Amino acid sequence: MTAKLSIQNLSFTYADGAQALRQINMDIQANELFVLFGPSRAGKTTLLRLLNRLADLLEGTERTGEVLINGRDIYAPNVDVTQLRRRVGMVFAVPTPLPGSIYSNLAYSLQMAGIRDHHTIAERVERSLRQAALWDEVKDRLQDSAFALSGGQKQRMCLARSLALEPEIILLDNPTSGLDPISTAMVEDSLFQLKQQYTIIMVPHSVQQASRVADRAAFLLNGELVEVGSQQQLFMHPHDKRTEDYVTGRFG
Amino acid sequence: MSTFDEAPVSWQEPQKDAPPARRNWSELIIETLIRLAGISAVVIITLIFLFLLKEGAPAFMQVPITNLLSTRWYPIEDMFGLIPLLVGSLLVTIGAVAIAVPLGLTTAVYLGEFAPPWQREILKPVIEVLAAIPSIVLGFLGWVALAPLIQGAGAPTGLTAFTGAIILAYMSLPTIISITEDALYAVPREYRDGALALGATQWQTIWRVTLPAARSGIVIAVMLGVGRAIGETMAVMLVTGNAANIPQFGLGAFFQPVRTMTATIAAEMGEVAQGSVHYSVLFAIGIVLFLITFLVNSLATRFIGGSARRRGGQI
Repeated sequence: MTAKLSIQNLSFTYADGAQALRQINMDIQANELFVLFGPSRAGKTTLLRLLNRLADLLEGTERTGEVLINGRDIYAPNVDVTQLRRRVGMVFAVPTPLPGSIYSNLAYSLQMAGIRDHHTIAERVERSLRQAALWDEVKDRLQDSAFALSGGQKQRMCLARSLALEPEIILLDNPTSGLDPISTAMVEDSLFQLKQQYTIIMVPHSVQQASRVADRAAFLLNGELVEVGSQQQLFMHPHDKRTEDYVTGRFG
Repeated sequence: MSTFDEAPVSWQEPQKDAPPARRNWSELIIETLIRLAGISAVVIITLIFLFLLKEGAPAFMQVPITNLLSTRWYPIEDMFGLIPLLVGSLLVTIGAVAIAVPLGLTTAVYLGEFAPPWQREILKPVIEVLAAIPSIVLGFLGWVALAPLIQGAGAPTGLTAFTGAIILAYMSLPTIISITEDALYAVPREYRDGALALGATQWQTIWRVTLPAARSGIVIAVMLGVGRAIGETMAVMLVTGNAANIPQFGLGAFFQPVRTMTATIAAEMGEVAQGSVHYSVLFAIGIVLFLITFLVNSLATRFIGGSARRRGGQI
C-alpha cells in the first residue's frame, strides 16, 4: 500500500545558510492523525510549510529531496501550486482571519477555486463550520466581522475555512497556541471527527497534547528526524534516549 | 540606613518637600507645555479661518451672487464670475487624479509585491528623491518639454489643462507611491500566507486580501496626493495657459487653456488695492478652495470610517 504522503531525503536550508531540515524520511498513512513534535527550532513548521509549498515564497532557500502525495512528487515541474494548496489545507499558529465577514472568509476560498453557485457555497460553508464545531456559535451572525470572534472561534473558523475546500490533507501548525483549555478541547475533539475523512498532520502545542491526540508521531530535533512510531511506542517505550528524555521532560 | 528601614516611611503620611513633589512639578510643566502647543495649533487654524472669512465675506455682500456665478472673469470691468476658475481647477485636478492614482497604485503594488529586492532598493530611494523636486522645476519642465509635445499632437496651444494635469500627477506620484507601499508593507504576512494556503494565486491574494487590508492607508495616500494637486499654484500657473474662460464641454476641454483658482489668487493678489472689491473676491476664492478641501477630506474620513464599519459585510 502506498503512503498518502511520503517524505524522501528531504533537506532544507534557509537563505542565511541555516539548515532547518536534514535528510528527513517518513511515510504518513491516509486517515491518521500524525504529530510532528520536538523543541523549538527542530524544523517542525518548516517541514509543514514544505508540504504545501508555502516555503517556496522565501527567496534564496535550497531544498533537496522529494515529497510525494499519492505517489506523485509535489515539487515536479508540472505541478500547479495553487491546486496543490487547495488539496493540502493549512491552519496557522496565529489565527489568520481575512478582512471581511465570517461568511466571506469561508466563501472566499471557494470563489477563488472557481465555485460560483451561491447555493453550493452556502451549503459548504455550513457543513465545514459544523465540522469545525463552530456552527452553533456563529450561525446567527455569519455577516459579522471575523475579527469580532474570540481567539478559539477564530482558530476554528480558520480550520473550517480550509475544510470548505475539501482538502485531502490538513496541516495544523500549533493550532491551539494561545487557546484556553476549553477551546483546546473543542479543537481536539473536532480533529478526532475529522480524521475519519482527512489525513491530518499536526505540530502540537506540547508533548502532552502530542500524546493525547496522536495516532503516530515523529520526534524532530535540530532538523533531524530522531524517531517515528505509534503513540504507544513513542510516548511509552521510546527506542531513542533523546526521545525518552524529551517526552519525560528532562529537557525541552 | 538600608532600604528596608526606609521602606515603611513611604507608606505613612507623605512628608513635606519629599522628592515626589518635585517630580510632580516637572510633570506639570511638561503637561502644560504640551497642552499649550496643542491648543495653539487649534487657535491658529481657527484664526486663519476667521481672517479668511473677514476678508472674503464682503465679496458676498458687495458683489451680486449672479455676478459671482456668471461665466466671465474680468475684474477690471467688475465681472467676478468664479465658474471658469472653478472649472479650471476641477479639470486640472480630476485629470491629475485620473493619471496619478492608477499609475501610483500599480507602481506601489509592483514595488511591494512583485519587484525583486534589488529593484526595490534602487527604485524606492529614486521615487523619494522625486518628491523633493521643487514644484517650479517640474513646471519649467512642463513648459519646455511637455507643452511643445502636446501642441505637436494637435492641440491649439501646448499650455492646456492636460499639461497641468500631467505635471500635477507627477508631482503627487511620489507621495501616493511611497505611502501606498508603506501601507502594503504594514499588512501582516499572515494575511498573505492565509490566503495563499487556501489556494489563492498571487494576484487574487493582492486584489482580495492585501489591497483591502491596506485600504485606509491607500485612501490617505491618495488624499495627500490629491491635496498636493489641488493646492499647487506656481507650476500650474506656468503650464495651463492662464485663460479664465470655460472650455467647451467634451474630452477636448482638457486640451484648452484654463486658469485655476490658486493661480488666479497668486497672479492678481499683488495688483489689487487692499480692501477693494477685487481684493475680497480673491479671498472669497480662498474660502471656496478651503470648502472644497474640507469637503474632500471629510469624504475621505467618512470613507475610511465607513469601510471599517462595513468590513463585516464583505471583503
